[in-house]
Amino acid sequence: MRFDCLEPQTIEEAVSLLAKFDREAKVIAGGTDLLNLIRTKIIKPKYVVDISRIPGLDHVKYDAVGTLSVGTLATIRSLEMSAQVKERHSVISQAAGQLGSVAIRNVGTVGGNLCHASPAADTAPALMALGARVKIAGPAGERATALENLFTGPGRTILERGEILTEIQVPATAPDTKGIYFKHAIRGASDLAIVGVAVVANFDGGRCRNIRIALGAVAPTPMRATGAERLLEGRELDLALIEIAAREAADESRPITDIRGSAEYRREMVKVFVRAAIKSVLPKENDRGNEIATAFQL
Amino acid sequence: MKRLITLRINDTDEEIYVEPWWPLSRVLRDELNLIGTKEGCEAGHCGACTVLIDGKTVMSCLYLAMKARGKDIATIEGLQGNDGALHPIQNAFIEHFAVQCGFCTPGMIMAAKALLDENPNPTEQEVREGLNGNVCRCTGYTKIVEAILTCAGKPKN
Repeated sequence: MRFDCLEPQTIEEAVSLLAKFDREAKVIAGGTDLLNLIRTKIIKPKYVVDISRIPGLDHVKYDAVGTLSVGTLATIRSLEMSAQVKERHSVISQAAGQLGSVAIRNVGTVGGNLCHASPAADTAPALMALGARVKIAGPAGERATALENLFTGPGRTILERGEILTEIQVPATAPDTKGIYFKHAIRGASDLAIVGVAVVANFDGGRCRNIRIALGAVAPTPMRATGAERLLEGRELDLALIEIAAREAADESRPITDIRGSAEYRREMVKVFVRAAIKSVLPKENDRGNEIATAFQL
Repeated sequence: MKRLITLRINDTDEEIYVEPWWPLSRVLRDELNLIGTKEGCEAGHCGACTVLIDGKTVMSCLYLAMKARGKDIATIEGLQGNDGALHPIQNAFIEHFAVQCGFCTPGMIMAAKALLDENPNPTEQEVREGLNGNVCRCTGYTKIVEAILTCAGKPKN
Protein backbone atom coordinates (compact mmCIF):
# COMPACT_ATOMS: atom_id res chain seq x y z
CA MET A 1 0.00 0.00 0.00
CA ARG A 2 1.75 3.10 -1.28
CA PHE A 3 0.26 6.35 -2.51
CA ASP A 4 0.48 10.07 -2.10
CA CYS A 5 -2.36 11.91 -0.43
CA LEU A 6 -3.69 15.10 -2.01
CA GLU A 7 -5.90 17.36 0.07
CA PRO A 8 -8.03 19.75 -1.97
CA GLN A 9 -9.85 22.46 -0.05
CA THR A 10 -12.62 23.04 -2.59
CA ILE A 11 -14.71 20.92 -4.96
CA GLU A 12 -13.17 22.77 -7.94
CA GLU A 13 -9.69 21.87 -6.75
CA ALA A 14 -10.70 18.23 -6.23
CA VAL A 15 -12.25 18.07 -9.70
CA SER A 16 -9.14 19.48 -11.32
CA LEU A 17 -6.85 17.05 -9.46
CA LEU A 18 -9.05 14.11 -10.47
CA ALA A 19 -9.20 15.33 -14.07
CA LYS A 20 -5.43 15.72 -14.13
CA PHE A 21 -4.52 12.33 -12.66
CA ASP A 22 -7.54 10.39 -14.01
CA ARG A 23 -6.98 6.67 -13.46
CA GLU A 24 -3.97 7.22 -11.24
CA ALA A 25 -6.14 8.90 -8.59
CA LYS A 26 -9.02 7.73 -6.41
CA VAL A 27 -11.27 9.80 -4.20
CA ILE A 28 -11.02 9.02 -0.50
CA ALA A 29 -13.62 10.19 2.03
CA GLY A 30 -13.91 7.88 5.04
CA GLY A 31 -11.69 5.29 3.38
CA THR A 32 -13.35 2.24 4.95
CA ASP A 33 -13.95 0.67 1.53
CA LEU A 34 -11.11 2.25 -0.43
CA LEU A 35 -8.29 1.24 1.92
CA ASN A 36 -9.45 -2.38 1.78
CA LEU A 37 -9.36 -2.29 -2.03
CA ILE A 38 -5.85 -0.84 -1.96
CA ARG A 39 -4.57 -3.17 0.75
CA THR A 40 -5.81 -6.24 -1.13
CA LYS A 41 -4.20 -4.81 -4.31
CA ILE A 42 -7.49 -4.76 -6.21
CA ILE A 43 -6.62 -1.19 -7.11
CA LYS A 44 -3.25 0.56 -6.98
CA PRO A 45 -3.81 4.31 -7.15
CA LYS A 46 -0.77 6.56 -7.23
CA TYR A 47 -2.75 9.32 -5.53
CA VAL A 48 -5.70 9.44 -3.19
CA VAL A 49 -7.64 12.69 -3.29
CA ASP A 50 -8.93 13.27 0.22
CA ILE A 51 -12.13 15.28 -0.10
CA SER A 52 -12.92 15.11 3.61
CA ARG A 53 -11.45 18.56 4.33
CA ILE A 54 -13.73 20.31 1.84
CA PRO A 55 -16.23 22.31 3.88
CA GLY A 56 -19.99 22.12 3.38
CA LEU A 57 -20.31 18.56 2.13
CA ASP A 58 -21.50 16.73 5.26
CA HIS A 59 -24.98 18.16 5.77
CA VAL A 60 -28.19 16.21 6.41
CA LYS A 61 -30.96 18.77 6.08
CA TYR A 62 -34.51 19.37 4.90
CA ASP A 63 -35.71 22.35 2.87
CA ALA A 64 -39.09 24.09 3.09
CA VAL A 65 -40.85 21.59 0.80
CA GLY A 66 -39.43 18.59 2.65
CA THR A 67 -36.68 17.60 0.24
CA LEU A 68 -33.81 15.96 2.07
CA SER A 69 -30.30 16.97 1.01
CA VAL A 70 -27.43 14.79 2.12
CA GLY A 71 -23.88 15.92 1.51
CA THR A 72 -21.60 13.29 0.06
CA LEU A 73 -19.43 13.41 3.21
CA ALA A 74 -22.31 12.82 5.64
CA THR A 75 -21.41 9.74 7.65
CA ILE A 76 -23.63 6.69 7.64
CA ARG A 77 -23.94 7.19 11.41
CA SER A 78 -25.22 10.75 11.00
CA LEU A 79 -27.97 9.47 8.69
CA GLU A 80 -28.81 6.70 11.15
CA MET A 81 -29.01 9.06 14.13
CA SER A 82 -30.85 12.00 12.52
CA ALA A 83 -34.20 12.34 14.30
CA GLN A 84 -35.67 14.13 11.27
CA VAL A 85 -34.60 11.40 8.86
CA LYS A 86 -36.00 8.77 11.21
CA GLU A 87 -39.34 10.56 11.18
CA ARG A 88 -39.57 11.58 7.52
CA HIS A 89 -37.53 8.99 5.59
CA SER A 90 -37.24 6.14 8.07
CA VAL A 91 -36.16 3.60 5.45
CA ILE A 92 -32.86 5.52 5.18
CA SER A 93 -32.22 5.32 8.94
CA GLN A 94 -33.09 1.64 8.88
CA ALA A 95 -30.58 0.91 6.13
CA ALA A 96 -27.89 3.14 7.66
CA GLY A 97 -28.31 1.40 11.01
CA GLN A 98 -27.68 -1.97 9.37
CA LEU A 99 -24.50 -0.98 7.51
CA GLY A 100 -21.38 -2.35 9.17
CA SER A 101 -20.42 -1.77 12.78
CA VAL A 102 -20.78 1.55 14.60
CA ALA A 103 -17.05 2.19 14.10
CA ILE A 104 -17.47 1.79 10.32
CA ARG A 105 -20.62 3.94 10.29
CA ASN A 106 -18.81 6.70 12.22
CA VAL A 107 -16.29 7.06 9.39
CA GLY A 108 -17.91 5.69 6.23
CA THR A 109 -19.83 8.23 4.15
CA VAL A 110 -23.00 7.96 2.12
CA GLY A 111 -21.16 9.22 -0.98
CA GLY A 112 -18.55 6.53 -0.47
CA ASN A 113 -21.14 3.80 0.01
CA LEU A 114 -22.79 4.78 -3.29
CA CYS A 115 -19.66 5.47 -5.37
CA HIS A 116 -17.98 2.24 -4.23
CA ALA A 117 -20.90 0.78 -6.21
CA SER A 118 -21.07 -2.51 -4.38
CA PRO A 119 -24.19 -4.39 -5.51
CA ALA A 120 -24.74 -4.99 -1.76
CA ALA A 121 -24.44 -1.34 -0.62
CA ASP A 122 -27.10 -0.95 2.05
CA THR A 123 -27.95 2.69 1.46
CA ALA A 124 -28.56 2.20 -2.26
CA PRO A 125 -31.85 0.27 -2.22
CA ALA A 126 -33.26 2.51 0.52
CA LEU A 127 -32.41 5.69 -1.38
CA MET A 128 -33.56 4.24 -4.70
CA ALA A 129 -36.90 3.23 -3.18
CA LEU A 130 -37.33 6.87 -2.14
CA GLY A 131 -36.60 8.19 -5.62
CA ALA A 132 -33.28 9.79 -4.69
CA ARG A 133 -31.26 11.83 -7.17
CA VAL A 134 -27.55 12.51 -7.09
CA LYS A 135 -25.65 15.68 -7.94
CA ILE A 136 -22.33 15.30 -9.68
CA ALA A 137 -19.64 17.97 -10.05
CA GLY A 138 -17.11 17.73 -12.84
CA PRO A 139 -14.87 19.64 -15.23
CA ALA A 140 -17.87 20.51 -17.42
CA GLY A 141 -19.93 21.75 -14.47
CA GLU A 142 -22.70 20.15 -12.48
CA ARG A 143 -25.19 17.49 -13.51
CA ALA A 144 -27.87 15.51 -11.72
CA THR A 145 -29.47 12.13 -12.34
CA ALA A 146 -31.63 9.53 -10.65
CA LEU A 147 -29.58 7.41 -8.25
CA GLU A 148 -30.45 4.22 -10.12
CA ASN A 149 -28.63 5.62 -13.18
CA LEU A 150 -25.42 6.00 -11.16
CA PHE A 151 -24.53 2.32 -11.16
CA THR A 152 -23.26 0.56 -14.27
CA GLY A 153 -21.79 -2.62 -12.75
CA PRO A 154 -20.01 -3.97 -9.69
CA GLY A 155 -17.65 -1.16 -8.60
CA ARG A 156 -18.61 0.85 -11.68
CA THR A 157 -20.51 4.11 -11.98
CA ILE A 158 -21.29 6.71 -14.62
CA LEU A 159 -18.78 9.07 -13.01
CA GLU A 160 -16.40 10.25 -15.70
CA ARG A 161 -12.91 11.68 -15.53
CA GLY A 162 -12.74 14.39 -12.90
CA GLU A 163 -16.26 13.86 -11.58
CA ILE A 164 -17.32 13.67 -7.92
CA LEU A 165 -20.70 12.87 -6.43
CA THR A 166 -21.45 15.88 -4.22
CA GLU A 167 -24.98 15.51 -2.90
CA ILE A 168 -27.94 13.16 -2.66
CA GLN A 169 -31.44 14.60 -2.82
CA VAL A 170 -34.48 12.74 -1.60
CA PRO A 171 -37.95 14.10 -2.39
CA ALA A 172 -40.59 14.40 0.32
CA THR A 173 -42.87 11.39 0.46
CA ALA A 174 -46.67 11.45 0.25
CA PRO A 175 -48.45 11.59 3.63
CA ASP A 176 -48.68 8.23 5.44
CA THR A 177 -45.88 6.75 3.38
CA LYS A 178 -44.27 3.74 4.97
CA GLY A 179 -40.95 2.21 4.15
CA ILE A 180 -38.92 -0.79 5.20
CA TYR A 181 -35.41 -2.04 4.59
CA PHE A 182 -34.74 -5.72 5.19
CA LYS A 183 -31.14 -6.87 5.22
CA HIS A 184 -30.67 -10.61 5.08
CA ALA A 185 -27.16 -11.35 6.35
CA ILE A 186 -25.64 -14.09 8.46
CA ARG A 187 -23.84 -11.85 10.97
CA GLY A 188 -26.21 -8.92 10.95
CA ALA A 189 -24.98 -5.41 10.22
CA SER A 190 -21.27 -6.29 10.21
CA ASP A 191 -21.83 -8.67 7.31
CA LEU A 192 -22.57 -7.97 3.68
CA ALA A 193 -26.16 -8.48 2.60
CA ILE A 194 -27.10 -11.75 0.92
CA VAL A 195 -30.23 -9.92 -0.13
CA GLY A 196 -31.31 -6.36 0.68
CA VAL A 197 -34.88 -5.27 0.06
CA ALA A 198 -36.35 -1.78 0.39
CA VAL A 199 -40.04 -1.11 -0.16
CA VAL A 200 -41.72 2.29 0.08
CA ALA A 201 -45.44 2.91 -0.54
CA ASN A 202 -48.47 4.76 0.68
CA PHE A 203 -52.12 3.73 0.59
CA ASP A 204 -54.98 5.84 -0.63
CA GLY A 205 -58.44 4.46 0.08
CA GLY A 206 -56.94 1.00 0.35
CA ARG A 207 -55.12 1.32 -2.96
CA CYS A 208 -51.37 1.01 -3.13
CA ARG A 209 -49.70 4.20 -4.40
CA ASN A 210 -46.18 5.25 -5.32
CA ILE A 211 -44.78 1.83 -4.57
CA ARG A 212 -41.09 1.39 -5.18
CA ILE A 213 -39.24 -1.85 -4.63
CA ALA A 214 -35.43 -1.80 -4.68
CA LEU A 215 -33.12 -4.78 -4.32
CA GLY A 216 -29.50 -5.09 -3.24
CA ALA A 217 -26.95 -7.88 -3.70
CA VAL A 218 -29.00 -9.75 -6.31
CA ALA A 219 -27.78 -8.15 -9.55
CA PRO A 220 -24.59 -6.50 -10.86
CA THR A 221 -25.96 -3.24 -9.44
CA PRO A 222 -28.61 -2.28 -6.89
CA MET A 223 -31.85 -2.48 -8.89
CA ARG A 224 -35.52 -1.56 -8.98
CA ALA A 225 -38.05 -4.36 -9.32
CA THR A 226 -40.20 -2.32 -11.68
CA GLY A 227 -42.22 -5.29 -12.92
CA ALA A 228 -43.33 -6.09 -9.38
CA GLU A 229 -44.07 -2.41 -8.76
CA ARG A 230 -46.34 -2.26 -11.82
CA LEU A 231 -48.31 -5.27 -10.60
CA LEU A 232 -49.10 -3.49 -7.33
CA GLU A 233 -49.42 0.18 -8.25
CA GLY A 234 -52.99 1.45 -7.86
CA ARG A 235 -54.30 -1.93 -6.76
CA GLU A 236 -55.89 -3.17 -3.56
CA LEU A 237 -53.47 -5.71 -2.21
CA ASP A 238 -54.43 -9.22 -1.24
CA LEU A 239 -52.47 -12.35 -0.45
CA ALA A 240 -52.50 -13.66 -3.98
CA LEU A 241 -51.37 -10.39 -5.54
CA ILE A 242 -48.55 -9.90 -3.04
CA GLU A 243 -47.35 -13.42 -3.78
CA ILE A 244 -47.39 -12.80 -7.53
CA ALA A 245 -45.47 -9.53 -7.11
CA ALA A 246 -42.87 -11.16 -4.86
CA ARG A 247 -42.33 -13.88 -7.50
CA GLU A 248 -42.04 -11.23 -10.19
CA ALA A 249 -39.35 -9.44 -8.16
CA ALA A 250 -37.48 -12.74 -7.80
CA ASP A 251 -37.73 -13.27 -11.57
CA GLU A 252 -36.43 -9.77 -12.23
CA SER A 253 -33.38 -10.26 -9.99
CA ARG A 254 -30.15 -11.52 -11.56
CA PRO A 255 -28.19 -12.93 -8.62
CA ILE A 256 -24.87 -14.75 -8.76
CA THR A 257 -23.50 -17.54 -6.61
CA ASP A 258 -20.76 -16.46 -4.24
CA ILE A 259 -19.41 -17.16 -0.78
CA ARG A 260 -22.54 -15.72 0.86
CA GLY A 261 -25.17 -17.67 -1.04
CA SER A 262 -26.11 -19.41 -4.25
CA ALA A 263 -28.02 -17.68 -7.02
CA GLU A 264 -30.97 -20.01 -6.43
CA TYR A 265 -31.03 -19.25 -2.71
CA ARG A 266 -30.79 -15.51 -3.31
CA ARG A 267 -33.66 -15.60 -5.78
CA GLU A 268 -35.80 -17.48 -3.28
CA MET A 269 -34.89 -14.96 -0.57
CA VAL A 270 -35.87 -12.07 -2.84
CA LYS A 271 -39.33 -13.58 -2.95
CA VAL A 272 -39.46 -14.13 0.83
CA PHE A 273 -38.20 -10.67 1.77
CA VAL A 274 -40.14 -8.74 -0.86
CA ARG A 275 -43.29 -10.50 0.36
CA ALA A 276 -42.45 -9.63 3.97
CA ALA A 277 -41.53 -6.05 3.06
CA ILE A 278 -44.79 -5.40 1.21
CA LYS A 279 -46.66 -6.89 4.15
CA SER A 280 -44.90 -4.58 6.55
CA VAL A 281 -45.86 -1.38 4.71
CA LEU A 282 -49.56 -2.24 4.61
CA PRO A 283 -51.58 0.28 6.61
CA LYS A 284 -52.22 -1.05 10.10
CA GLU A 285 -55.57 0.70 10.55
CA ASN A 286 -56.83 -1.26 7.59
CA ASP A 287 -58.36 -4.49 8.92
CA ARG A 288 -57.61 -6.22 5.69
CA GLY A 289 -54.00 -5.10 6.03
CA ASN A 290 -53.82 -6.61 9.48
CA GLU A 291 -55.29 -9.83 8.26
CA ILE A 292 -52.74 -10.04 5.47
CA ALA A 293 -49.94 -9.02 7.83
CA THR A 294 -50.85 -11.83 10.23
CA ALA A 295 -51.02 -14.37 7.44
CA PHE A 296 -47.53 -13.38 6.32
CA GLN A 297 -45.63 -13.51 9.60
CA LEU A 298 -42.16 -14.75 8.78
CA MET B 1 7.52 10.92 1.05
CA LYS B 2 7.12 11.24 4.79
CA ARG B 3 5.39 14.29 6.15
CA LEU B 4 5.64 15.83 9.58
CA ILE B 5 2.26 15.93 11.25
CA THR B 6 0.95 16.54 14.76
CA LEU B 7 -1.43 14.07 16.30
CA ARG B 8 -3.19 14.71 19.59
CA ILE B 9 -3.20 11.37 21.37
CA ASN B 10 -4.51 10.93 24.92
CA ASP B 11 -4.32 14.71 25.45
CA THR B 12 -0.69 14.92 24.34
CA ASP B 13 0.52 16.42 21.05
CA GLU B 14 2.90 14.09 19.22
CA GLU B 15 4.96 15.38 16.29
CA ILE B 16 5.71 12.56 13.97
CA TYR B 17 6.81 11.75 10.42
CA VAL B 18 4.28 9.57 8.61
CA GLU B 19 3.92 8.11 5.13
CA PRO B 20 0.62 9.17 3.52
CA TRP B 21 -0.56 5.54 3.30
CA TRP B 22 0.07 4.62 6.92
CA PRO B 23 -3.04 3.72 8.83
CA LEU B 24 -3.37 5.20 12.29
CA SER B 25 -2.96 1.75 13.89
CA ARG B 26 0.52 1.44 12.42
CA VAL B 27 1.56 4.88 13.66
CA LEU B 28 0.23 4.16 17.14
CA ARG B 29 1.97 0.79 17.40
CA ASP B 30 5.16 1.09 15.38
CA GLU B 31 6.01 4.77 15.75
CA LEU B 32 4.66 5.64 19.19
CA ASN B 33 4.86 2.22 20.85
CA LEU B 34 1.21 2.43 21.94
CA ILE B 35 0.82 -1.30 21.46
CA GLY B 36 -2.37 -1.63 23.49
CA THR B 37 -4.19 -1.01 20.21
CA LYS B 38 -4.07 -4.31 18.30
CA GLU B 39 -4.03 -5.06 14.58
CA GLY B 40 -6.17 -8.10 13.86
CA CYS B 41 -7.85 -8.52 10.49
CA GLU B 42 -6.65 -5.15 9.09
CA ALA B 43 -9.88 -5.01 7.12
CA GLY B 44 -12.32 -3.38 9.52
CA HIS B 45 -14.06 -6.60 10.55
CA CYS B 46 -12.61 -7.51 13.95
CA GLY B 47 -12.48 -4.29 15.98
CA ALA B 48 -9.18 -5.10 17.73
CA CYS B 49 -7.81 -1.75 16.48
CA THR B 50 -10.73 0.31 17.84
CA VAL B 51 -9.71 3.75 19.12
CA LEU B 52 -11.80 6.86 19.72
CA ILE B 53 -11.53 9.89 17.47
CA ASP B 54 -13.38 12.91 18.82
CA GLY B 55 -15.14 10.50 21.17
CA LYS B 56 -16.41 8.14 18.47
CA THR B 57 -15.22 4.60 17.75
CA VAL B 58 -13.03 4.22 14.69
CA MET B 59 -11.24 1.21 13.20
CA SER B 60 -7.70 2.61 13.26
CA CYS B 61 -6.50 0.05 10.68
CA LEU B 62 -8.80 1.65 8.09
CA TYR B 63 -8.14 5.25 9.06
CA LEU B 64 -5.23 7.11 7.54
CA ALA B 65 -2.99 8.76 10.14
CA MET B 66 -2.99 11.88 7.94
CA LYS B 67 -6.72 12.20 8.43
CA ALA B 68 -6.39 12.26 12.21
CA ARG B 69 -4.65 15.65 12.24
CA GLY B 70 -6.56 18.17 14.34
CA LYS B 71 -8.63 15.51 16.05
CA ASP B 72 -8.61 14.05 19.55
CA ILE B 73 -7.40 10.46 19.53
CA ALA B 74 -7.99 8.27 22.58
CA THR B 75 -6.35 4.87 22.98
CA ILE B 76 -6.51 2.27 25.74
CA GLU B 77 -3.30 3.70 27.22
CA GLY B 78 -5.10 6.95 28.01
CA LEU B 79 -7.86 5.39 30.08
CA GLN B 80 -5.75 4.98 33.18
CA GLY B 81 -5.94 7.95 35.55
CA ASN B 82 -2.88 10.05 36.37
CA ASP B 83 -2.68 8.24 39.70
CA GLY B 84 -2.38 4.93 37.86
CA ALA B 85 -5.89 3.83 38.76
CA LEU B 86 -7.68 1.76 36.16
CA HIS B 87 -10.80 3.07 34.44
CA PRO B 88 -14.07 1.65 35.87
CA ILE B 89 -14.63 -0.29 32.62
CA GLN B 90 -11.18 -1.85 32.95
CA ASN B 91 -11.91 -2.81 36.54
CA ALA B 92 -15.26 -4.28 35.53
CA PHE B 93 -13.55 -6.43 32.87
CA ILE B 94 -11.19 -7.78 35.53
CA GLU B 95 -13.91 -8.36 38.12
CA HIS B 96 -16.16 -10.15 35.65
CA PHE B 97 -13.43 -12.31 34.07
CA ALA B 98 -14.23 -10.62 30.74
CA VAL B 99 -10.68 -11.21 29.50
CA GLN B 100 -9.50 -14.52 28.08
CA CYS B 101 -6.61 -14.25 25.60
CA GLY B 102 -6.92 -10.46 25.82
CA PHE B 103 -6.35 -9.62 22.16
CA CYS B 104 -9.81 -8.11 21.66
CA THR B 105 -9.91 -6.47 25.09
CA PRO B 106 -8.50 -2.99 24.32
CA GLY B 107 -10.85 -2.61 21.35
CA MET B 108 -13.78 -3.94 23.38
CA ILE B 109 -13.07 -1.50 26.20
CA MET B 110 -12.73 1.49 23.86
CA ALA B 111 -15.98 0.54 22.10
CA ALA B 112 -17.63 0.12 25.52
CA LYS B 113 -16.40 3.56 26.58
CA ALA B 114 -17.84 5.24 23.49
CA LEU B 115 -21.10 3.37 23.97
CA LEU B 116 -21.44 4.35 27.65
CA ASP B 117 -20.43 7.97 26.97
CA GLU B 118 -23.22 8.22 24.41
CA ASN B 119 -25.77 6.10 26.25
CA PRO B 120 -24.97 5.80 29.98
CA ASN B 121 -27.76 3.29 30.64
CA PRO B 122 -27.79 0.85 27.74
CA THR B 123 -29.90 -2.28 27.66
CA GLU B 124 -28.19 -5.62 27.09
CA GLN B 125 -29.42 -5.51 23.50
CA GLU B 126 -27.90 -2.04 23.02
CA VAL B 127 -24.58 -3.24 24.42
CA ARG B 128 -24.56 -6.22 22.05
CA GLU B 129 -25.44 -4.01 19.07
CA GLY B 130 -22.91 -1.35 20.08
CA LEU B 131 -20.15 -3.96 20.23
CA ASN B 132 -21.11 -5.91 17.14
CA GLY B 133 -18.00 -4.68 15.34
CA ASN B 134 -15.74 -6.18 18.00
CA VAL B 135 -15.02 -9.87 17.65
CA CYS B 136 -13.84 -12.05 20.55
CA ARG B 137 -12.47 -15.31 19.11
CA CYS B 138 -12.40 -16.83 22.61
CA THR B 139 -16.17 -16.17 22.36
CA GLY B 140 -16.27 -14.65 25.83
CA TYR B 141 -19.13 -12.32 24.99
CA THR B 142 -21.35 -13.09 27.97
CA LYS B 143 -18.78 -11.89 30.50
CA ILE B 144 -17.90 -8.86 28.38
CA VAL B 145 -21.54 -7.80 28.19
CA GLU B 146 -21.98 -8.38 31.94
CA ALA B 147 -18.92 -6.27 32.71
CA ILE B 148 -20.16 -3.38 30.60
CA LEU B 149 -23.66 -3.54 32.06
CA THR B 150 -22.26 -3.18 35.59
CA CYS B 151 -20.67 0.11 34.48
CA ALA B 152 -23.98 1.45 33.23
CA GLY B 153 -25.20 4.48 35.09
CA LYS B 154 -21.82 5.16 36.69
CA PRO B 155 -20.04 8.50 36.20
CA LYS B 156 -17.94 8.82 33.04
CA ASN B 157 -14.46 8.73 34.47
